[in-house]
Amino acid sequence: MKLSRRQWIAGAAAAGVVGVAASKASLPPSSRGIFGVSDALTYAAHRVLLAHQPLAREFGRDMITPDFPVNGERSPGDPLYQQQRARKFADWSLSITGLVETPEDYSLAYFKSLPARTQVTQHSCEEGWSAIAEWTGVQLSRVLKEVGVQPEARYVVFETVDGWWDSIDMADALHPQTLLAYGMNGGELPVAYGAPLRLRVERQLGYKNLKYVSRMLVTNRVDNIKDGTGSNAYEAGFAWYAGI
Amino acid sequence: MTAPAPATQVIHKGPVRITHWVNVLTFVALAISGIGILLAHPRFYWGETGFFDMPAAFELPFDANLEDLWVRAYGREVHFLAAWIAVLNGTAYLAWGIYARHFQSSFVPNRRQLQWAYIAQVLGRHVRLQNPSEESGGYNILQKTAYTGVVFVLLPAVILSGLTMSPAVTAAFPQLFTLFGGRQSARTIHFIVANALVLFVVIHVLMTYLAGFRRTLMSMITGGKQ
Repeated sequence: MKLSRRQWIAGAAAAGVVGVAASKASLPPSSRGIFGVSDALTYAAHRVLLAHQPLAREFGRDMITPDFPVNGERSPGDPLYQQQRARKFADWSLSITGLVETPEDYSLAYFKSLPARTQVTQHSCEEGWSAIAEWTGVQLSRVLKEVGVQPEARYVVFETVDGWWDSIDMADALHPQTLLAYGMNGGELPVAYGAPLRLRVERQLGYKNLKYVSRMLVTNRVDNIKDGTGSNAYEAGFAWYAGI
Repeated sequence: MTAPAPATQVIHKGPVRITHWVNVLTFVALAISGIGILLAHPRFYWGETGFFDMPAAFELPFDANLEDLWVRAYGREVHFLAAWIAVLNGTAYLAWGIYARHFQSSFVPNRRQLQWAYIAQVLGRHVRLQNPSEESGGYNILQKTAYTGVVFVLLPAVILSGLTMSPAVTAAFPQLFTLFGGRQSARTIHFIVANALVLFVVIHVLMTYLAGFRRTLMSMITGGKQ
């Protein structure tokens, strides 16, 4: 009895040390008090489980949801966006800055000229619903290679036309299924689903999959950007890492 | 023929008592935060997909609350913190139970407990809401059945179905989808099993009341000399 209790305490202490060591290596950039412990454990555990970068499940086209729910903005009111939309986004561009060799504004045609990936995946919202769609776009890893991402990069930060911003780590940024998507279900990406370019991060929940992406920043820290939390979903109370 | 128990032997061993009370705290937190998360989408589906414009397998009799973001935002944070503690606590309990042969000695029914007349008698005492305590101080047959079901069926089911809602965990273990038949099926099973666990807790607390609330409560705190 005495012995087993001592073993217990030793075991718990060892687990704690391993936990702290693992999470120090990859702490999420923001956390809320006591919830920082579980957020860090989840993030560290997922980074270990996903170290070999397995793909999220893909489906056949017959599984596509016909009336995929529209979440959030349906058509951003921003006047410049509406002008660009009227011209079919011919003069639209995405600014890529930060730890890259060629920071520039890149046109939609540029992204479409790069090799495309098409995937039928499931979108899961933190609210509880889920739906399946086919997404076509360029792998973010390919874009990062083209613009010459520097080795010290740790995060990619995205801003959108409708005022959202968020960031993902390099493990998700370089994952083969992480896309800057411009096509949906075989056609152009509709405005309600984030035209002309949206993010697909298939191993995180819906709220990380930003629509209407307008700016992209490659960086080694997010604590000096805006409120320093790495995401404006955080402001609403949601964790930066949404793998669960 | 039965060896007299040593005078110092306790009814509930230390690891059982500690993990039990950690469980009480995490269970309450998980149940309340689970309801908080559920309020945003009180509808359930079978298979892979499900959303408001799709027919539900069943739905709860109240409207979805999508406006109060903080309810499910904090619901999620509390749920996952409590889940981590519950899983680590449960793992410690399981490891100890195997090491100390707790499950063989306390969960496996003895020969007497498997006789129909005895089972009928224990059932009768429960149904008539009489004191269900075993004279020997060990678990009665219904307790053994319920605890085995909770520890080895319901808790693994609620943990695995919860993990099947994670897009990251399922990328690492896609077999979870095969096990539960899809993300929405897993969510529905998570809800049903959670309800079964709440039902277990209600009956469990009722039984401690029938067996003498003060005595059973004290024995789970101090160990309770037999």
